[in-house]
Amino acid sequence: MATVATLSGIARLIGLVAAIGVGGVAGCAQAPKQLYHWDGFQAQLYEYFKSEGSGPEDQLRILDQQAQKAQAGGAALPPGFRAHLAMIYLRLGRYGEAKQALEAEKANFPESARYMDFLLKGMTGSKL
Amino acid sequence: MMARWSRLLAISLAVATLGACATAPPFDYTAFKRDRPVSMLVLPPLNETPEVVASYGVLSHVTLPLAEAGYYVIPVSLMDETFRQNGLNNPAEIHDVSPSKLREIFGADAVVYIKVTQYGTSYAVVASDTRVTVQARIVDLRTGEMLWQGNATAASSERKSSNQGGLVGLLVEAIVTQIVETASDTSIIYAGVASQRLLSPRPNGVLYGPRSPDYQKD
Repeated sequence: MATVATLSGIARLIGLVAAIGVGGVAGCAQAPKQLYHWDGFQAQLYEYFKSEGSGPEDQLRILDQQAQKAQAGGAALPPGFRAHLAMIYLRLGRYGEAKQALEAEKANFPESARYMDFLLKGMTGSKL
Repeated sequence: MMARWSRLLAISLAVATLGACATAPPFDYTAFKRDRPVSMLVLPPLNETPEVVASYGVLSHVTLPLAEAGYYVIPVSLMDETFRQNGLNNPAEIHDVSPSKLREIFGADAVVYIKVTQYGTSYAVVASDTRVTVQARIVDLRTGEMLWQGNATAASSERKSSNQGGLVGLLVEAIVTQIVETASDTSIIYAGVASQRLLSPRPNGVLYGPRSPDYQKD
């Protein structure tokens, strides 16, 4: 009799754990996973646009850190991230890297092809 | 009369609890569902406020909601620079550029015209309030048809009235703590919240785009 009670107790416990497990999974499912790794990308865009914002070197350093973090976590960089990197490279006069970044935006987001090609064509001189 | 009001209040509370904004008439999505844009070009917002940073404060935050909704968003910093290189330095001039020209250069399927009508802190005797209000219109660059329009507000006073909290309150809190580390001014926080409310899929909001798992389910 005692054994039966213990067994049903265990069964109840398993049931409870399962319920919590399902609840936990459902909880995760309710908070939708983001498609992209944003981190401080928006803050960096604001930094770029603000006239009294930080310099391009600082912005590049922070964006590089964010890109590494995304890569380490296997997360996708958002639309425009690589293109924004290209913009910073252009400000620093690093045209080769700017071009690579534009190509990378195009490879990751084929929707950007027309605009990226427009920019790449314009860069055959030096600036945008 | 009292009974009617209290019944109305009870109904509106119930609706608020369910998280549905049932007051506005449903938006007509016929054109949006037919045209199904893939990429969006957000132009620098028109600024109707005295705050010079309002336009860029909002522009910095519009990529996230649209990208998370499943759209490709034309890179905003390069877009702004392209207009500058072509002698267009203010949003009003940029909003006048023809849809065919926008399509030719940026290759986007739709353009998002935004207007900022409130941005900043008003200091009152009892309590100050930081508030950002934005309006948007999405126009298809292939057909010239308007696909969607809407508006949104975010205000610091929402956080103070705790009984209005719920999901929206939590959202505000989350974004506030996220942004406070990197930005010092308060308005930019509410620019982020307002932009997210404006351009995220919600009742009467924009539809999901092709990069979202919820595409064509709305």
